[in-house]
Amino acid sequence: MQIHLNGKPREIPTATTISSLLLELNLGNAAVAVELNGEILPKEKFSQTLLNDMDRVEMVQFVGGG
Amino acid sequence: MDELIIAGRRFKSRLLVGTGKFSSNQAMLEAMEASGSDIVTVALRRVDIDNPEDYMLKHIDRSKYLLLPNTSGARDCEEAVRLARLARAAGCEPWIKLEVTPDPYYLLPDPIETYKAAQILIKDGFTVLPYINADPILAKHLQEIGCATVMPLGAPIGTNKGVKTRDNIAIIIEQAHVPVVVDAGLGAPSHAAEAMEMGADAVLVNTALAVSPHPGMMAAAFRKGVEAGREAFLAGLGKQRKFAEASSPLTGFLRDDK
Repeated sequence: MQIHLNGKPREIPTATTISSLLLELNLGNAAVAVELNGEILPKEKFSQTLLNDMDRVEMVQFVGGG
Repeated sequence: MDELIIAGRRFKSRLLVGTGKFSSNQAMLEAMEASGSDIVTVALRRVDIDNPEDYMLKHIDRSKYLLLPNTSGARDCEEAVRLARLARAAGCEPWIKLEVTPDPYYLLPDPIETYKAAQILIKDGFTVLPYINADPILAKHLQEIGCATVMPLGAPIGTNKGVKTRDNIAIIIEQAHVPVVVDAGLGAPSHAAEAMEMGADAVLVNTALAVSPHPGMMAAAFRKGVEAGREAFLAGLGKQRKFAEASSPLTGFLRDDK
C-alpha cells in the first residue's frame, strides 16, 4: 500500500506501524515528532498505530536554529 | 549569586546561544561550551527522508542545557502553534521561543500573530518567550497575558548591527517585570555588553558565533562581554554630563584664582 511521507509517495507493507517505519528510516532513536493526517501523534502511540493506505505522514526533527 | 530566573527556573548564565548556521556540530559544541550558556535554541524541520542528516540533538548534553525550540519559519499564528506543539511532541519541555516572521527580507516579527499565538500557547501550558520588535506597548501586553520573558530585537536577525533599538529597549526594561532578553542583531561582544549595561536580563546570540572562523573563541568573548555589561549595570554607571568634571584635584598653587 502507499502512504504520503513528508509530501512524497512511499510504498510500505501492510501492518506497518509508525515505530516500524521509524526503524526502517533509521530514526528509531531520534527525537522525531509525527503528524498523522494532520494530527500530532503522541510518542506512546507510535508502536500501536498501524498505517493505512493513503495516510499522510509528516515527520519533523530538530535542527540547528537561533 | 546573580542568577537569571525565567518562569521560576534558575540559570547561571545570562548568555543564550543559538545553534544555527555553524559549519559543523563540532564548531557548534565548542561555541556552546565556551559561551557558558545553559539555554540553547533549536529549530524544527521536516526530516529529509532521502538524505537523513546527522542527528544534531545526540551531540547535545541535555542535562547541561535547556533546549529552547523556536518556531522559526512560521509566518502566522497557526503555523507557530503547530510548530510549538510538534516540538513538545518531539520530546522537548514545553518551553518555546515564539517567533512569527512573515517578512522574508528583514525577518521582522509580526506583533499581531505573535500575540495571538502567545495567548493560545500559554493556555496550552507552554512557557512562552516571544521574539518581538522593540515595542514597549507590545512588550507590556505580552507580559500581561503571561509570557515568561520578552525578547526584543537589537537589529534584524543575522545583521550584526548591534543595539539599534536602544531607546525603545530602555523603555521596555524600565517597564518589565519579566526578564528582558535582547535577541537578534548582536554582532560583537561590545553589543552584548551594551545591552547588559542598559539593564537587559540576558542576550541571545547565534550568527555572530556561527560565522566566526573561531566560534569557540568568539563565544568566550561574548561571555566576557555579557559578564562585563552585567557587572557594570549592577555596579551602577555614572551619569553622562555636558561639561568636564576633573578627576584630579585642581586646588591651585600654580596661580591664584581670582
